[in-house]
Amino acid sequence: MHLSVQGVSKSFGKGRDSKLVLDDINLEINSGEFVALVGSSGSGKSTVMRLIAGLEQPSSGTIHMDDRPVRGPGPDRGMVFQKYSLYPWLSAADNVAFGMRLQGRNKRDVKERTAYYLEVVGLQDSASRFPRQLSGGMQQRVAIARALAADPKVMLLDEPFGALDLQIRESMQEFLYQLWERSGLTALLITHDLEEALLMAQKVHIMAPRPGRIVRTVAATLDRSNLSALRMERSFLELREDLAGCLRGLDQEPAALAARSLASTTGSSSSG
Amino acid sequence: MSLRRQLDQPWLLGLVGIFSLLLLWQLVAASRVVDPLFLPSPAEVLAAGAEQAQEGILVNDAVASIGRVLGGYALSILVSLPLGIAMGSNRLVCQLLEPLLGLIRYMPAPAFIPLLIIYFGLGELPKVLLIFIGTLFFNTLMIMDAVKFVPRELLESALTMGGRGLQIITKVVAPFIAPQVLDAYRINMAAAWNLVIVAELVAANEGLGKRISLAQRFLRTDEIFVGLIVIGLIGLLIDLGFRLLMRRTCRWAI
Repeated sequence: MHLSVQGVSKSFGKGRDSKLVLDDINLEINSGEFVALVGSSGSGKSTVMRLIAGLEQPSSGTIHMDDRPVRGPGPDRGMVFQKYSLYPWLSAADNVAFGMRLQGRNKRDVKERTAYYLEVVGLQDSASRFPRQLSGGMQQRVAIARALAADPKVMLLDEPFGALDLQIRESMQEFLYQLWERSGLTALLITHDLEEALLMAQKVHIMAPRPGRIVRTVAATLDRSNLSALRMERSFLELREDLAGCLRGLDQEPAALAARSLASTTGSSSSG
Repeated sequence: MSLRRQLDQPWLLGLVGIFSLLLLWQLVAASRVVDPLFLPSPAEVLAAGAEQAQEGILVNDAVASIGRVLGGYALSILVSLPLGIAMGSNRLVCQLLEPLLGLIRYMPAPAFIPLLIIYFGLGELPKVLLIFIGTLFFNTLMIMDAVKFVPRELLESALTMGGRGLQIITKVVAPFIAPQVLDAYRINMAAAWNLVIVAELVAANEGLGKRISLAQRFLRTDEIFVGLIVIGLIGLLIDLGFRLLMRRTCRWAI
């Protein structure tokens, strides 16, 4: 599996109201990698994911999945949303089976894989419960199981733990990392949380807002044998602080720009 | 247990409300403040109802009215479901039809009666069509709205798991909107029931509305009361039927 995003830009709106949200994004993901995109809100990181998923089309540039251009959504790119993506009328098991049924897998296969993936996320005892009977963390684990069961080549995770409480978020991060380690899946994680990205991803892209662009890429080679210890480790904290400084600098940029444009006295602001 | 807790049963206070009104009616009627010609007592109304039931008129009328409602409303259900889903899920279809439906919706359905009679005479067809016209647009627009509010994540999850066009409609949109559709059908059923009575007041040989208009001609207020109460009871039963269906099929949404 090889996913490649080359020179991708995206504008929303047409003509004069058109707004550039992504500018020249380049990134590669290879089989078995865990890559993270980190940025503040407005950095267009979710748009990158939606473009890869095929839910939006780039304004320019290309996205290739195994040398084939991405033209629309497909089961080779599974997605986990921040929240509210389980089907409330289906039990946990039927939610996990949903994608496999869409794809027309045979019944026995569906049943076996459903049981297997529920066990993978530790919810075999909650198979017959409905989403509203599950906690937020359990719901996200069902969503992950559902995406895995549909057999994607790459998992796109859009702030998957963003709506969870801090403690649950930490245990879910450990869960996801172990899952990745065990199953050898390929994952792209979108998050605004630097710690989350550094804990799990070997490669972290930092995105700047307005327009969204990748400003820095770090290879995070850390000893991840004990994640809760890693959170406190000095090298980890230093790396995190370094990147946090980078993100803070980016957030101050618009303020500096605004001050500059106030100072300048040019009358017309229209351009091309 | 406090009084408030004891009173807090789903049915109890509702029954108290209904019986209070009956009691008030009985008291006013018994006091003879109002001429019995205008306000018959509950007992007299009951007697008139029993008489109609014995002669077989009551069942006949009820069957005639219910048949018209079911015919017209079934047609409305059948057309509004695909139309509402198409309008809710396709922007072009919506742009094409929404202004048109919005316009027709504000034309009072009873105003179509003269036209329907000119076109289709005095038989069953114009009555059925009146109910169809009078409920189609409300049903369609309510279904359209329900479709528009299907959360984007639910649709996109299905797309990223390999779902395509019709699958998305049948596996995601349809189950998600089912409770709202049932509710829309339940609410607009009241309009269907109103319209059948209006149609029968204008032209019919039998039916609960027809019976009321005959009773008016002979100043039989007791029979008018019978008609009104029977209409109310049938409406209530249909409403309860829809609620039961909802509870059976859409447990997740309640």
